[in-house]
Amino acid sequence: MSIDMSQFHQVFFEECFEGLEAMESGLLDLNTGDIDAEVINTIFRGAHSIKGGSGTFGFNEVADFTHIMETLLDQMRDGRRPVTQPAVDVLLSSVDCLRAMLTAIQSDDKVDTATVVIYKTALEIELNGSAKQSIPLESAVEEDDIETSDNEAEATEQGWSIAFSPYLDLLKTGNDPVRLFRELADLGEYTVAVNTRDIPDFDDLDPEECNLSWTLTVLGESTLEDINEIFSWVEGDCELDIQALIKKEAKATPSVKKDKPESSIVPVIDSLESLPASLDVVQRPSNTIPSSNTDVAGEVLVERRSGVSSSIRVDTAKIDALINIVGEVVITQSMLGLVGENFSMDQLAQLKRGLAQLERHTRDMQQSVMNIRMLPINFVFSRFPRLVHDISAKLNKKIDLKLVGESTEVDKAVVELINDPLVHLIRNSLDHGIEMPADRIAAGKPEVGTIELKAYHRGGHIVIEIIDDGRGLDKNKLISKAIEKGLINENSILNDKQAFELIFMPGLSTAESVTDISGRGVGMDVVRKNIQALGGNIEILSELGKGTIISIHLPLTLAIIDGQSVAVGEETYIVPLVSIIESVNITEDIINKVAGKGETFKLRNQYIPIIRMHEIFNVQPKDKLRTNEGVIVVVERQGVLCGLFVDELLGPHQVVVKSLEANYRRIEGVSGATILGDGSVALILDVPGLVRLSSNRLSSTNPSL
Amino acid sequence: MASILAVDDSASMRKMVTFTLKSAGYDVEEAVDGVDAFMKAQLRTFDCIVTDVNMPNKDGITLIRELRALPDYKYIPMLMLTTESGMEKKQEGKAAGATGWIVKPFDPDQLLKTLKKVLD
Repeated sequence: MSIDMSQFHQVFFEECFEGLEAMESGLLDLNTGDIDAEVINTIFRGAHSIKGGSGTFGFNEVADFTHIMETLLDQMRDGRRPVTQPAVDVLLSSVDCLRAMLTAIQSDDKVDTATVVIYKTALEIELNGSAKQSIPLESAVEEDDIETSDNEAEATEQGWSIAFSPYLDLLKTGNDPVRLFRELADLGEYTVAVNTRDIPDFDDLDPEECNLSWTLTVLGESTLEDINEIFSWVEGDCELDIQALIKKEAKATPSVKKDKPESSIVPVIDSLESLPASLDVVQRPSNTIPSSNTDVAGEVLVERRSGVSSSIRVDTAKIDALINIVGEVVITQSMLGLVGENFSMDQLAQLKRGLAQLERHTRDMQQSVMNIRMLPINFVFSRFPRLVHDISAKLNKKIDLKLVGESTEVDKAVVELINDPLVHLIRNSLDHGIEMPADRIAAGKPEVGTIELKAYHRGGHIVIEIIDDGRGLDKNKLISKAIEKGLINENSILNDKQAFELIFMPGLSTAESVTDISGRGVGMDVVRKNIQALGGNIEILSELGKGTIISIHLPLTLAIIDGQSVAVGEETYIVPLVSIIESVNITEDIINKVAGKGETFKLRNQYIPIIRMHEIFNVQPKDKLRTNEGVIVVVERQGVLCGLFVDELLGPHQVVVKSLEANYRRIEGVSGATILGDGSVALILDVPGLVRLSSNRLSSTNPSL
Repeated sequence: MASILAVDDSASMRKMVTFTLKSAGYDVEEAVDGVDAFMKAQLRTFDCIVTDVNMPNKDGITLIRELRALPDYKYIPMLMLTTESGMEKKQEGKAAGATGWIVKPFDPDQLLKTLKKVLD
């Protein structure tokens, strides 16, 4: 029987990654001083499950590797080995290595054997005090079950004689001699003789006890190991004496234990009447046991070449809620169908009610489906304890990380994209924010610094805050640095907020020295760009000497956005609401033409470039005579303002984003499309792309500049 | 066909065991740990229990010990799925009333073969 094991792989990998995370957080919780047995047990169980699963599914290198970790953890669990920081560190890096191995296997890549060997050696050194050959995983047949005596007899012997006298309690372990005999019968020609002399008088007979003993012979080429394996489960529950039978003399010399006189052995045929009914079946059962022990997992590994499917685990309650709503929709639909069949005007109220219901259900359904994509932010947060642990050790700082609101839910896409910016910000807080322990004490703060990572919902947004009690941002230092780098004018007067904004300018870093953790001044601008690409924004609040709060606002989902629809000629476009600052009605006279650089208009002492949407998208204006009358939508792109010239504003909408790439192809300046209430398609503007597009057009139409 | 209760906290192992046994025609029910298994085992009497050893809430050995004490499970074969190598765990299991064990890693054929040992 061959079973396709690859069908279990996806679950296996998910489980492994969960296990690794549990191990990691367990290891981080492990204070080397006092040992919490439950924590070690959790870590151990993680390693144990991965080892068991990977062996079963044929990922032997993973199984080998985990085996060493497991042994180490097992000794710690039993208190045979102290929990030391080096050991914990080795285990932590092994978790990383294991994760890399599993990721490689999952995506059918080659495992980086060299790296694996390095970590494996590190583990072995930790385990044995010295490196040695990797410990082979115990095989399916375990060595310690096999008596190694009499091994020289194996091949040459023709058969075996077995004296089997179970203790009274044998049946109480669920073992049944009949089954053992059935297996023996599979090995070759076989005879059995029962000994009934120990059966007590009927009055004393306890039917739950086993009062019989047997002498069995098996002829053929079976080995001692085969026999031992059959009896391995009853070892300790019986007296067992196995003797090799020599050729020819096989039947003549059945050797049995001394305490059983030969006279007591009667051939099975004679004693059938005295046997309990259940023991009647001493004949050879048909050989139905599958013999093919092919390496199923090995084959599967080759077969599995398909890409990694991205799956999502969903709480069944969410699915139940969705199914419930679908049920409601079906009911409403059939009700509307009934109304429609013989419609007359007096049913109008009923029709309207039905439509209202349908609308409500549609909204609920939308909500529920969105909910399915929602994941707790913990998917991102859970990595940070490790990060903080590693980096603070590297920096010799003492830092306590607090996670708040880990169960706050956010769209899967947001979860995936927010990780990198957060890592960057946390690193910054660790490196620049929190001071060295000595400095903290000198400043009258607790020695251990605190970083709080907090998530909560506000409106249609999720807010993530990174709060540290470190040294805070030095406004003056920021300003002088910015002036030094020529980023701002020497005479600029900035308020706190504007000064802190400087940190997002490319090329600015206030760290005195560049470390490998942060300080190269490329980063914060990228962080802001990434967050804005997600439709969010980032703000900094800081007080010198007290600490810093960085807060990130992100939309809960990327699938629906708040947009402002605008008319350009006969077309409708959607401008994402987050990027709109304000809209201004304009007339010819406030537009300034700058030779070769397009047009600008003046808004409160600031000149703002104008992008004419008609030109970008090649749309005829509605009224060709008055091309300079319309609305300018002022949008912000990374702190720079820009005016989109459109014919008129239509109104705010919540729009469902449909991918253009998936349905057509990528278009510069457009991030997606949506379908309006009247069935027509409106393009959603990509503001940064639009600005890029417009400046390209300008430079290409004016090659001389 | 014989009914089997498969107990394992690892979903992939549980699925694999269940799928294998179901493909061979057995009537299989799953339990996620010892507590779950003990409850399910009392709702109906299975012909065989196959349980992992190392599980949260209630481990396999405790499960076997508790089941063995129930009149319905006095003679029911109970197998441990174990990666624990040494004799210690096995002895502990046997003392608790386990019929036998299957050592991980195993493939579906080995599992079926072992089960044939205890099911008629």
